[in-house]
Amino acid sequence: MTTRYTKDHEYVRIEGDAGIVGISDYAQGQLGDVVFVELPSVGKTLSKGDEAAVVESVKAASEVYAPVSGEVVEVNSDLEASPGTVNEDPAGRGWFMKIRLTDQGELDGLMTEEQYQEFVKSIS
Amino acid sequence: MAEPAHSDEPLLQTPLHAEHVALSARMVPFAGYDMPVQYPTGILTEHNWTREHAGLFDVSHMGQAFLVAEDKSHETVARALEVLVPADVLNLKPNQQRYSQLLADDGGILDDLMVTRVGAPGHEGWLYLVVNASMKDADYAHIQARLPQGVSLNPKDSLGLMALQGPSAEAVLAKLAPEAAALPFMMSADVQIDGTWCHVSRSGYTGEDGFEISCHAADAAKLWNTLLVDPEVKAIGLGARDSLRLEAGLCLYGHDIDSTTSPIEAGLIWSIQKRRREEGGFPGAERIQREIRDGAARVRVGIKPEGRAPAREGTIITTPDGREVGIVTSGGFGPTVNGPVAMGYVAKDVSTAGTDLHLIVRGKPLPAKVAAMPFAPHRYKR
Repeated sequence: MTTRYTKDHEYVRIEGDAGIVGISDYAQGQLGDVVFVELPSVGKTLSKGDEAAVVESVKAASEVYAPVSGEVVEVNSDLEASPGTVNEDPAGRGWFMKIRLTDQGELDGLMTEEQYQEFVKSIS
Repeated sequence: MAEPAHSDEPLLQTPLHAEHVALSARMVPFAGYDMPVQYPTGILTEHNWTREHAGLFDVSHMGQAFLVAEDKSHETVARALEVLVPADVLNLKPNQQRYSQLLADDGGILDDLMVTRVGAPGHEGWLYLVVNASMKDADYAHIQARLPQGVSLNPKDSLGLMALQGPSAEAVLAKLAPEAAALPFMMSADVQIDGTWCHVSRSGYTGEDGFEISCHAADAAKLWNTLLVDPEVKAIGLGARDSLRLEAGLCLYGHDIDSTTSPIEAGLIWSIQKRRREEGGFPGAERIQREIRDGAARVRVGIKPEGRAPAREGTIITTPDGREVGIVTSGGFGPTVNGPVAMGYVAKDVSTAGTDLHLIVRGKPLPAKVAAMPFAPHRYKR
């Protein structure tokens, strides 16, 4: 199972031709208690770097950017009723959306788990 | 996700800075100070703890100052301040506190502040002022430039200030200073807690019963830790302070009130006592008396979004048919309400509670209603 990270703290976990997108554990910790998540519509086409979702903590709203280009094929609608899942299990039940990748090559520009952990150390 | 902005400006520290660091607070720049926005348990937990138990807040960044009449006359010092604020200062009883605003000549609000007539023996003709951290230098200059001969302003940077707020605050303080715990709302007393001099007032910024406690900066850490020993008390950061005051419908200077808003537009008429409404004699009196008589063209109201999405400061407010009628000045998630809450200014004709509005959030109109404030009921000890 391959997971890649952006410098903006999104992850994409590759499952076949699709990627599960969410925010990292570091990101949820920085945000604090998540109280609202706005997800894109299924079928929406995103380019890498587009605003894909919005995550709101008590204090502020933050954009979640698409880590890869592709079509949104599924969203985690459980987050509407239970946004706190993003804090509890960001890599698992707290996922945001599933994107069918249009360019697997984009993954090469993202960080591996190890590189991302190094990156987090360098900024914290 | 976007990274928070960092500032390279050197930050000031309150006398409790080391205590926050020891509690592993997340520190952020606020009004030039390095302040705790939250402790490890997070804003939701801190907010709910304050509503259910007692929260302890460091508010030492706020400006504390004394206004002193050389002739030791309350009337002298009260009249000097009444030239600048619309509250009835003259009729304050010793140890009584009032909320007021420093006004500009056009009636706009330069800052909001607390004014107390000092009651300690030997301090006749003294007023104790607490002003916003971000405004203290401007406030002090403004006041100083407008004082008559024989009245002087003495800022006290050597004082710390903390707030103990929540339904358990009284019981906690009763164990340490019973006479302070017996105070009614907006009254104050000088007491000893654990051998430390404190000035305690029954007031706060959360909508809960509680106290604000001023002490010498050198004693602040000791007092803070004495209060935290009680299992009912937890340290609370600025994040929860903001969500608590928003649910309580209380204004934050620079957001809900500023030099472009009058006290009447802001719904603060309750803070202008009858004698001052009639006599005037404060900056902008003509406008404020006119707005009291005729109503203001726009007013601050509570706004309840109908969905789950918070509407933040700056959100445009329209009628359901798209007419722009106002702007959100504070908005976010209310943990006690368990949903989004906001306040803002709207045109008078759409200011009645229950009026349907739209909030333009990320380009989309979200339904909302004008709502009575506070969103969480006040529980002051009257």
